[in-house]
Amino acid sequence: MEAVRVQDRARLNPRFTPLQLLAHIGAWIPLFVLLWDASHHQLTANPILEATHRTGTTALVLLVFSLACTPLNVLFGFRQAIKLRRPLGVYGLMYIGVHLFIFAVLDYGLDLDMIRDTVVEQRFVLVGLASFLMLLPLGVTSTRGWMKRLGKRWIKLHRLVYLAVPLAVVHYVWLVKADIRVPLQYGAVVAILLFLRIPRVRHFFSSLRYRLAPRFDSNLARPSKV
Amino acid sequence: MVKIRSSEITPEQVYLSRRKFMKGIGAIALGSLALSACGSLATPDTQPTSTAGPDSFLAQPTAHANATADKLTSLDDITHYNNYYEFSQLKDPVADLAQHFKTRPWSVEVGGLVNNPKTYDIDAMLKRFPQQERVYRLRCVEGWSMVIPWTGFPLAALLKEADPTSRAKYVRFESIMSPQQMPGQQDNYFKWPYIEGLRLDEAMNDLTLMVTGLYGKPLPNQDGAPLRVAVPWKYGFKSAKAIVKIDLVEEQPVSLWMNAAPDEYGFYSNVNPERPHPRWSQTTERRIGEAGRIKTIKFNGYADEVAHLYDGMDLIANY
Repeated sequence: MEAVRVQDRARLNPRFTPLQLLAHIGAWIPLFVLLWDASHHQLTANPILEATHRTGTTALVLLVFSLACTPLNVLFGFRQAIKLRRPLGVYGLMYIGVHLFIFAVLDYGLDLDMIRDTVVEQRFVLVGLASFLMLLPLGVTSTRGWMKRLGKRWIKLHRLVYLAVPLAVVHYVWLVKADIRVPLQYGAVVAILLFLRIPRVRHFFSSLRYRLAPRFDSNLARPSKV
Repeated sequence: MVKIRSSEITPEQVYLSRRKFMKGIGAIALGSLALSACGSLATPDTQPTSTAGPDSFLAQPTAHANATADKLTSLDDITHYNNYYEFSQLKDPVADLAQHFKTRPWSVEVGGLVNNPKTYDIDAMLKRFPQQERVYRLRCVEGWSMVIPWTGFPLAALLKEADPTSRAKYVRFESIMSPQQMPGQQDNYFKWPYIEGLRLDEAMNDLTLMVTGLYGKPLPNQDGAPLRVAVPWKYGFKSAKAIVKIDLVEEQPVSLWMNAAPDEYGFYSNVNPERPHPRWSQTTERRIGEAGRIKTIKFNGYADEVAHLYDGMDLIANY
């Protein structure tokens, strides 16, 4: 009962930290810039491609940020980051939605034959689509209601993100002409973020942080047992 | 120096209507005789035009009448959407980055397996070979295309003067190496300078054009000034820019792209929707300046002119 009351209060009086506010505003900016540039004919000579690239990049960046939240907490005790994990992931999915809309509607005019051909022919389209199909249920079940309904299975389900984001990077690597250094940099960041989630690695870093805690993190309570 | 042509001081719109007018005149006066080799599939024309042989000196550019039904891509798009990795891997910044690129003095060395090797000064070359206008479709391997009114002269004219020996089988183009002027060349990811090549019969085909101008004006730096090649039935990257050396060779040249990704970019690189590319759809293309997608045609629609070059060849294996 007590927990429910606290939750209700939080819902009635949502207090955004400055960081949360920044994340919410920041996530919309690329979309507004895109619409502004589109209405001012500032999307290069190949506007559909430019819009596709921009929304894809934005989606990937948001997903990487979302993946970075947990390690930021583990490594630096940056607890505020945990609250950003879900909105950043959902915004990432939103940009994938816009990305797909541009692809299917604006680019291919909903010509299903053409779309099928390109999905079959282009391996990068296929992995991109696979990544989207994995992230979609995560977006749908990101609400508190679904969290409760699924219980422990929710955590298992949401581990799909550890596969979906690497697939998104593969999607990027496979579509670049030859110089794959930039997509590989994304890949390296994602690899590090996933590496830090391996239980042993995670434990090593969190215990390291507890040992070093007093030096830089005076707010952090020492656990009774290390 | 090239004489200032009337089209050089003509705005694009006026230029377009003039072209239309000339096209009309051409169609009436010359009939099927001089209709170009650039016909679209709707109006195929196999008559090669050689109104300007290598020995004729025409003060005015020959209006190479065109039966192409495609709408010209705007000058703005042609000059601001450039794949020119020597300057940048992004297309937008190329125009600015190439602004101060030095195209004079410029010499082009024609040599290798020829009887008359010669180094041409670019201005002498422009005078030596009469300029003609040709509207070509350009299909980039990335799945977009343009329709471009080039000016230039057939490579065949230059090669005839160089007189290849019997051992010559291929033409090798070498582009300029100038890292001080080209920021992209300061990066060693690609093996600079840009190298491209054609089989000798491809190079001798009337469609293969040495390009010196665009929309009736001298070629802008970002489009490959002062001298590039246009090979309209092949993907755009075969059309090397800022050429300084043309060699006749016996062995098939290894191009920069073959070097960078041999499983993706072959020597021939003919536009071919039947040969899928791992990165981009080759069955359709986006025409710059137009909405939606159009189907890509084999040899970019120039099958009548060039398909015979590949008789009996497996174009899937020889991509």
